[in-house]
Amino acid sequence: MNTITALFYVFSAVLLFAGFRVITARSTVHAALYLVLAFFSASCLWMLLRAEFLAITLVLVYVGAVMVLFLFVVMMLDINTDAFREGFYKHLPVAGFVGALIALQMALVLMRGFQGAEAPAATAREIELGNTKLLGIEVYTNYLYPLQLAAVLLLVAIIAAIALTLRERKDSKHMDPGEQVKARKADRVRLVKMAPTIEQPSAPKQEGGTP
Amino acid sequence: MSGVTMNATMGALTLGHFLSLGGILFALSVVGIFLNRRNLIVLLMAIELMLLAVNLNFIAFSHFLPLEADRMAGQVFVFFILTVAAAESAIGLAILVVLFRNRASINVEELDELKG
Repeated sequence: MNTITALFYVFSAVLLFAGFRVITARSTVHAALYLVLAFFSASCLWMLLRAEFLAITLVLVYVGAVMVLFLFVVMMLDINTDAFREGFYKHLPVAGFVGALIALQMALVLMRGFQGAEAPAATAREIELGNTKLLGIEVYTNYLYPLQLAAVLLLVAIIAAIALTLRERKDSKHMDPGEQVKARKADRVRLVKMAPTIEQPSAPKQEGGTP
Repeated sequence: MSGVTMNATMGALTLGHFLSLGGILFALSVVGIFLNRRNLIVLLMAIELMLLAVNLNFIAFSHFLPLEADRMAGQVFVFFILTVAAAESAIGLAILVVLFRNRASINVEELDELKG
C-alpha cells in the first residue's frame, strides 16, 4: 500500500464522517462547520486525482464564499432547532432502506465494472503545462460559449438574490425620478397679482462733500 | 502487465474506489434529506453534499480516461457544476431569508399554504 492509497483512505474516512455529521448534527451551525470539513477533505481527494485547479476552487468558492453565506444565514435566522429534532429518527427505516439500496446498487455496478482500471500515467504535455493551464485552454477554446452563459447565470443570480432580499427602509430619502419628471411649473409656482407699493424716494441730503 | 496486477493486489487505487466513495456519499445525503425533512437549511446542505459526490465522480472519470485529449472534459463539467451550484445556493438562501421574514419559520411542514 503506497502513500497515495493510504491518503485516499484517510481523506475518504474524514469525508464520510463529516458527511454523516452534517446530516445528524443537532445544531445547524455544527452541520455547516462539518460541511466545511467535508469540502476540505473532498478537495484533498481531488488533489490526489491531479485536479489542482478545481481543488483550490472548491476551497475558495465553497469554503470561502458559499459556506460563509450559509453560516451567515444560519446565525441571522432565529431558528428553534428543538422543533426540528422531534421525530427525527421516525423515518430512519425508510431512509436507511433507500440509502442502503442506492449504495448497494452502485456497488454492484461499480465494483465489478471498474475494478481493474488503472490510472494512466501523466503524459508529457500534462506534466509540462499543468492542470490549470490545460483546463484554461480547454475552457477558452472549446467551451467559450458555455462559459459566457455561466457568467450570465452568475449575474442573474446576483440580481435575483439582491432583488429578493432587498427591503426598503422606512426613513430613506430616495427620489422617484418619475415623480420628478411629472412635476410642472403650475404645480410648484403660483404667480400672485398684487398691487404695487410705491416708495417715495426721499431727497438725498446735500452734504457738500462731493468731489 | 504483471506490474499492473501486482499493483492491483497491493491495493493501488482504481476507478472503483473513487466511484464507490461517491456512491456512498450520495446515499448518505439521500438519507440526510429523509431525516432532516423539516429543516430547510440542512436540506440545502444535503443537496450540496450530493453535488460534491457527483463532482467527485466526474473528476475520477476524467483522471482515469486513457486518452489524454478527452481528459479535461470532466473537469470542465465540474467547473460549470460549481458555478451553477454557487448560484443555486445563493438564490436558495435568499429565498430562505424572505421565507423566514414572512413566516418566522423555516419548518418545511408549516409551508402548506398551497395545500398540495
